[in-house]
Amino acid sequence: MSGTYLGMPAFPQAAREAVGNSTLRGNLRHATHTIRDKRARAVAELDDWAALREAGKQIKDHTLRHLDRYLVQVEESVTAAGGTVHWAADADEANEIVSRLVREAGGGDTDEHEVVKVKSMATQEIALNEALEAQGIHAYETDLAELIVQLGRDRPSHILVPAIHRNRGEIRDIFRSEMGEWGRPAPEGLTDTPAELAEATRLHLREKFLRARVGISGANFVVAETGTLVVVESEGNGRMCLTLPETLISVVGIEKIVPKWQDLEVFLQTLPRSSTAERMNPYTSMWTGTRNGRAGEGDGPRTFHLVLLDNGRTDTLADEVGRQALRCIRCSACLNVCPVYERAGGHAYGSVYPGPIGAILSPQLRGTGSEIDASLPYASSLCGACYEVCPVAIDIPEVLVHLRERVVQGGPTVRHGNRVVLKPAKGHAAERAAMRAAQWAFTRPGALRAGQRLASRTRRLHPRTLPGPGRAWTGSRDLPAVPAEPFRDWWQRTHGGRDEAK
Amino acid sequence: MRVALFLTCVNDTLYPETGRAVVRLLGRLGVDVDFPTAQTCCGQAHYNTGYRHEAEPLARHFADVFAPYDAVVTPSGSCGAMVRELYPRMGERARAEGRGDTLAATLAPVVPKTYELTEFLVDVLGVTDVGAYYPHTVTYHPTCHGLRSLGLGERPRRLLEAVKGLELVELPGAEECCGFGGTFAVKNSDVSAAMGADKVRNAESTGADVLCAADNSCLMHIGGTMGRLRTGMRPVHIAEILASTEEETAAV
Repeated sequence: MSGTYLGMPAFPQAAREAVGNSTLRGNLRHATHTIRDKRARAVAELDDWAALREAGKQIKDHTLRHLDRYLVQVEESVTAAGGTVHWAADADEANEIVSRLVREAGGGDTDEHEVVKVKSMATQEIALNEALEAQGIHAYETDLAELIVQLGRDRPSHILVPAIHRNRGEIRDIFRSEMGEWGRPAPEGLTDTPAELAEATRLHLREKFLRARVGISGANFVVAETGTLVVVESEGNGRMCLTLPETLISVVGIEKIVPKWQDLEVFLQTLPRSSTAERMNPYTSMWTGTRNGRAGEGDGPRTFHLVLLDNGRTDTLADEVGRQALRCIRCSACLNVCPVYERAGGHAYGSVYPGPIGAILSPQLRGTGSEIDASLPYASSLCGACYEVCPVAIDIPEVLVHLRERVVQGGPTVRHGNRVVLKPAKGHAAERAAMRAAQWAFTRPGALRAGQRLASRTRRLHPRTLPGPGRAWTGSRDLPAVPAEPFRDWWQRTHGGRDEAK
Repeated sequence: MRVALFLTCVNDTLYPETGRAVVRLLGRLGVDVDFPTAQTCCGQAHYNTGYRHEAEPLARHFADVFAPYDAVVTPSGSCGAMVRELYPRMGERARAEGRGDTLAATLAPVVPKTYELTEFLVDVLGVTDVGAYYPHTVTYHPTCHGLRSLGLGERPRRLLEAVKGLELVELPGAEECCGFGGTFAVKNSDVSAAMGADKVRNAESTGADVLCAADNSCLMHIGGTMGRLRTGMRPVHIAEILASTEEETAAV
């Protein structure tokens, strides 16, 4: 029921609409600035923040370097705790596995037809809800913001707060018109106060939590040594989905592993402060296998499946510059500080991963073949604010430039596990020619000087506005006036300024 | 100490007054600065647009031209960051591509001796009061590469605070990018223009006469936006403010 990203236009076209939408600009500006300032305060409280950031980076790098070993360890420890591990190379495989597991959860007599979901980026990435719907299985999102997106037949525009583009009035309207179609309707006379909106959600979801026999989640972390999965959340809906249904299916990207329980010490400090600006998030759920696997415990599912998802991650891991994107713990701090995200909004990125991290993740996970993916590495002024706030020190500007190179120059890369040599992308021919011409002139100071003199001598003739691609500059900015002589001519004429007075 | 001015291709072509200001300022501080005329461009626009291989000859040329000097001073945060942060990376990438250590070894000597102007003044010359006079209200925009790549920190502000007659006023949202971003300004012109307009509105709200920065590329974008929005403010490079004296006061 949510929209898809197929055939998205390139980023600049999609962003143009958002820039012109003043309601959206206002919603985004207010929300990002609020969370941005709160994050800065929450981080400033810790005097060992730099050390935590470095530790997080090193734990992730170590795990990725030995991922082969840790994946096997995860399979062993989850199996030993009573769970079943499935391996999915791509979205289709993962969706097939999950659909089959849901149907089988009905017990054989009747297929199961509904599931409750914990907010999960991995299941959005593979478009699981749409795949389940095609099999006649309805997936109910239970995170408040995801519910708003789902009821509104909308697309998420932020990793952490997917309905960031909506204000309270819009949310009330969606609840009033849509809740009744999916279950308990919104209360009569619902207003747009946060408490009333939250209560309407609670009532609407409660019957689904109590009825559902299958829960689906992702995970923030998987601890290899114990086979423990961790979900970090704010609303408690995750805890309901993880404990009430008889069957739990978790779809987790293979980069979510941490080797040891102790490693959580780092991330349970850096993740909440970076994402919601909280010292600690309200709910941290951890589970290891099934309740049958542990003597004397009554909580949790009887059946647990872990679906380990690749979907472009191994390809990304093969790239020695780009692989740092796999350190990402999905905190959204980079979105909240990004001046481009603030103005373009999340939808322009054409992916469930918007913002700076999306601009380096999507073209790696999906490849740079489509128009939107080839344009994402350019959706940045390279201001570096994202790198500065990243709690695992992903040098996003470095990866953006690296991916620009892949787009314009092509070259060797890995797709679907195979080494391939990409051709340079189309549509960059004029730019490439200009760059080569500039390179020619810049390696010949005489040619540069000739060009400068020509510009200076013709300066009275320069137009105020430029045609063609130059309009992209003069549409909003005056051109700088060309001086009467370039600096180097002044330098020679005055012998380094010594003769200037003459 | 042999000191070279790396003016940058943008300043050489479009903002010669910034170059003249650096020469005058450093001369006043007793530094005899040279301008090797073989200099061209550091390759930043090529590198950041994805043309790393095309940027390599420009980087080698830069290393050749500035090899004989003890220090290279540049009035540009982003070109300074290109040399200091990205030249080492270019060397590493060439090595990773199996092309050996030649590029890394060629570029290495110029990296530690390249200074952005305010760094050179504060760290190398050890001055913050350069004897300047500039009787105007000024707001300072820290440009991204100067702020985050080079870590210029309080240096520009300390220099400005010591200028006689200058009233420094705080720029709201100072650390937010102005939206220039090199080719970003034309590839994503709508977002770039929106960022520029917000920067100009924040600058206007200070009531300052002048918006000062240490990078003319950003000022070209901000100034072009100011012109289009018909604000009364003027963009001025920090070198021109620091070069201004009571005897020779820069006009606004």
